[in-house]
Amino acid sequence: MRELTDIFVRSVFIDNMVFAYFLGMCSYLAVSKNVKTAFGLGIAVCFVLAVTVPVNYLIDKYLLQEGALAWLSPEMANVDLSYLSLILFIAIIAGIVQLLEMVIEKLSPVLYQALGIFLPLIAVNCAILGASLFMQEKHFPTVAHSFSYAMGSGVGWLLAIVAFAAIRERLKYSNIPQPLQEKGIAYIITGLLGIGFMAFLGI
Amino acid sequence: MRKYLGPLSKDNPILVQILGVCSALAVTAQLKPAVVMTLSVMVVCAVANLVISLIRNTIPPRIRIIVQLLVVSTLVIVVDQVLQAVVYDVSKMLSVFVGLIITNCIIMGRLEAFALSHKPIPSFIDGLMNGAGYGLVLVIVAFFRELLGSGTLWNYPVIPSAFYEAGYMNNGLMILPPMALILVGTLVWIQNSKKINAK
Repeated sequence: MRELTDIFVRSVFIDNMVFAYFLGMCSYLAVSKNVKTAFGLGIAVCFVLAVTVPVNYLIDKYLLQEGALAWLSPEMANVDLSYLSLILFIAIIAGIVQLLEMVIEKLSPVLYQALGIFLPLIAVNCAILGASLFMQEKHFPTVAHSFSYAMGSGVGWLLAIVAFAAIRERLKYSNIPQPLQEKGIAYIITGLLGIGFMAFLGI
Repeated sequence: MRKYLGPLSKDNPILVQILGVCSALAVTAQLKPAVVMTLSVMVVCAVANLVISLIRNTIPPRIRIIVQLLVVSTLVIVVDQVLQAVVYDVSKMLSVFVGLIITNCIIMGRLEAFALSHKPIPSFIDGLMNGAGYGLVLVIVAFFRELLGSGTLWNYPVIPSAFYEAGYMNNGLMILPPMALILVGTLVWIQNSKKINAK
């Protein structure tokens, strides 16, 4: 249990998707004009991460890794399909996002209203594929570990985009040199936030 | 010809359109991985544009995104395998970021905006130039980060040791990831000032 919380806290603060690895920057910069939509996108990212990463973990463990196919028959034990992981992961992510969209639309129209527009955007969000690839690199022992990692990354991303959107709302009232407005200042603020987050490294 | 040169400065994908930032920044602590990443993105972007443009009339519009993703991820797998075979140390350094070329918005963006509606050869050139525009920013950022951060370029020390004896120190902050963002922010600033002055 302790291990799981460790992984969670680590991936929220220290290995933060945005500030440490710059993943999901495109939507992070595009959808952070106000806090409300930023929050919606953040929740959607958490949701998709929490589903796709464990699924990709199982795929990786039982299909792709070297020796993963041993459960089929002993001769398959030395087959290594890991070069297929990229194409399989992205296909799974695109498929799950589509599926989630349909399921949410049926089960909860309210949630669909809130998340709907963001879901298609998420299929090509680097944070999602990035989390799956990092998960593969970290060799977690169980599904629970990968789930906790996914939740941590999602919450970290949510935290980052909400904090950034809040700062951006305040920026309207500040006096920024004209060429630096909008994009330029957005990069620099993210950089400064990143430096702030580095303080967590000591934990 | 002018049209194709746009991505290098005026329509630079990173500075002006804010596309493909994700993978751009994490690989710029040193010059070498940045150059390798640039070449990979150029190859993937150009070839993907070419392939999609060749089959553009046969792709049903409804499933075009999936087709594009498949083409791009196949190319990325090829690039990844080549990198692992040829420059193993750099490929270790780039780790997941080679895989993340798949979700690089520049590539998907060019496929959607250009390759689907143009002939193969112009699409190929367009892909190449957009990859180059992306790479230009990467190389500039990596140049400053490596020079100021570790005092080397392409792993060769370029700052004379007399400087260090006189009390010069490498700026450790430059190596940290957030500095990449601040440098890109500065580049955007320069780019926009140029644009405003030109008006």
